[in-house]
Parts: sequence; C-alpha cells; structure tokens
Amino acid sequence: MGLISNGTTIFDAGSMASGFGGSMTFIKKLTASSSATLSFVDGASSVVLDNTYKEYLFTFNNIHPATNGAAFTFQANAAGGSGYDETIQSTQFQAYHKEDGSASGKGYNNSNDQVNGTGFQKLNGNIRDDNDASGAGYLILFDPSSTTFQKQFVAYMGEPEDGSPAPLASLHTAGYFNTTAAIDEVQFKFSSGNIDAGDICLYGIS
Amino acid sequence: MGVISNGTTLLDAGALDSGVATGAMTLIKTLTASSSANLSFVDGSSSVIFDNTYAEYVFKFYNMHPATDDKNFQFQTSVDGGSNYGVTATTTCFRAGKNEDNSTSTFGYFAADDLTQSTSYQRLDAGRTGNDADSGMSGTLQIFNPSSTTFVKHFIHDGNTHKSNNQSMHALVAGYFNTTSAIDAINFQFASGNIDSGVIKMYGIK
Repeated sequence: MGLISNGTTIFDAGSMASGFGGSMTFIKKLTASSSATLSFVDGASSVVLDNTYKEYLFTFNNIHPATNGAAFTFQANAAGGSGYDETIQSTQFQAYHKEDGSASGKGYNNSNDQVNGTGFQKLNGNIRDDNDASGAGYLILFDPSSTTFQKQFVAYMGEPEDGSPAPLASLHTAGYFNTTAAIDEVQFKFSSGNIDAGDICLYGIS
Repeated sequence: MGVISNGTTLLDAGALDSGVATGAMTLIKTLTASSSANLSFVDGSSSVIFDNTYAEYVFKFYNMHPATDDKNFQFQTSVDGGSNYGVTATTTCFRAGKNEDNSTSTFGYFAADDLTQSTSYQRLDAGRTGNDADSGMSGTLQIFNPSSTTFVKHFIHDGNTHKSNNQSMHALVAGYFNTTSAIDAINFQFASGNIDSGVIKMYGIK
C-alpha cells in the first residue's frame, strides 16, 4: 500500500519516497566485548553493504585495545572472494601533542601506509590500553559496489598513544582498494590482541 | 489527503509536517556526468535549493573521471545565479601521496593549489587526476552558510584521488570565499577536457 497526499507520493512499496526521509541511514552497530574482530558482511545480520548506497560511513566510538600499543586496522573482501586481503594503496599522516606539552609535531607515517599491500590498513599508531584510553573517528568508503573504479576511502582518528608522557595523536588515512571488484565485506581488528571494548556503527549515505 | 495521528498532523498537502522528525541530511540533487564540460548546481534551477533553507551544504564526489589524462578537478561559485563563476577566494591545501611503486612519498603544504584572493577555480585533487579506466577522485566538500550576507563563506574539502602516475593522493583543502554576498550557485569541472563520468550529490544540512 502506498500513501499519496495532494498528488505527492509519501511512501510506497515499503519505503519513504525520495526527499522525505533523511539521507544518512543507520544500518548496523557492532559492540566489541573482547572481540578478535568485528565484521560487516553484506546480507548477514541485517548488514547492507552493496549498491543500495553510494557511500558508507563507519564511526568508531571508544575503541579500546586489550593489548597496549596495538594499532586499529581494517581490510575488505571483494564480492565472491575469500579472505580480507584486497590490495591497498594508501597514505597516512598525523599531528601529535604530548599531555605534558613537552613535544608536538606533524609528519608522514611511512610505517602505516601501504604500497599495493594486502595487509590490514592501520588507522592509527598504537593506542594505549589505560582504562580511560580509547580511539575514536570515522572511515568513509566511496562507492564500494563499483565494478569499474578503484574504491577510494578516507579516515580520521584520534587517540592517546603509547608513550610516557602519552601523546595525543590525530591521524588522517586515505587511499584506495586497487580492485574493480565490488567490495561487500569490511573487517576491523587490532594489530595484536582483542578489541576489548568499543562500538562501530555503519551508515549508508543515499 | 493528510494523515493525523492522535491529534498530531504528520503530513498534509504533499509534505511532511515540520514537527515530524526526519533525518538532518537531505539529498537535494544528483548530477551524473557523461562527457560533460561541467556540472552546476544553481539555486532555483532543476529543483536545486542553494539558499538559506540550509545552513550548510555538502557535495559528495564519486569517481570523478577526466576525459583528458592528468587534469585537476576544481570548483568555483557564483553570487549571480550562475552567470559568472569567479568569487574571490583565499585557500590552503595540504596533501599526502604515495606511488604504487613506492618511488615517491609526498607530504606537506601544496602552494600550487592554494588561492590568494583569486577568482580562479579551486583545485580539489592536489596534483591532478588520472584517466586510467579505473581511476577517479572521490571526496566531500562542505560549504558553510553560503546565504549569509554578513560573513565570508568558509569551505572544507577532504578527498582522495588516483593520479596519472599511479599515486594515491589525499588532499585537504579549505578556505573562504571573501564576499558578503550570498552564494547561490556552484560549478565543477576539470581544468581542461570534459568530465568523462562521475556522480556529484548535493545535500542540505539542517
């Protein structure tokens, strides 16, 4: 059943007409609890990660490592593929400022970029595991269902890093999955140890 | 026909009541390039809203692909409904890049792509986009309060591109249009040659 008001279709076939709902749709929230990984897989557990949306946004809230100094990372799997090991070309740079004001700076992180690598992409350096420490930020994945273009992404995270005194780091990561295959699965994990706690939310931008 | 629930009007005359909660990000217009010289969003034209309806406007770029190799994707604005695109701007650009053969890392301020009280188009890809079949530029441009007649018009951009030399290039551009006139139109193009393909979506943020 649909609903038409004054000649304008408000909703039909189970969805709101274009222009009536918001353009940012919440899809799924995963909460870590000593989790080795958190994965968003199209078609599983109500996750949508296909051509329904042109853009997907992942937000990270209080991502806390079980192991001090671990890096928060992500990878993807192409439709019909197996394993989180797509080829990535990426960059990362950061600004940092120590809590006691003793040092600050900026720079390119050669150790955190990838040169057509298939490893998990680091989104930061090494998050502290103090009880009140965590990382937060977002990842935008553009047009992952394209079968013509590479898949561009940009990410921004901030967190207190390992060190004494602790530096606050603000990190910008960007790049592309160097594949023309559609991407329909994204996985997050720490470089070592579990994700002790934290939420990752997935949104679709229509 | 309207819909009233428990005494509260939800919709009438073809529109949702203003008191009905919807998303705060509204899709206004999608333009798809097909060998297009440029793409323009002009207030009042082709269902485009670009006035004081929203305090912020967001433009999303998906796989902007140049017809001619190695060209800058760029934009300018208008205060006269698109008759002229050449509003004075002062801007900054910094970037991080990495070649697929690991031969070059780039990080820092990129003076070639800033503007100093200039009416030229502002580049958004910090070093030109390639036109390999799978190449493209994706990103996000936000323009704040373009309808103000008091303040300059700030904007920020965050995007990633695949350059013609097989380099992933992350560009962060920001600045302001140094005018107190309301901006009501925006134009996107490559520095030369057509936009072979690509999608630009325009959103209003309440």
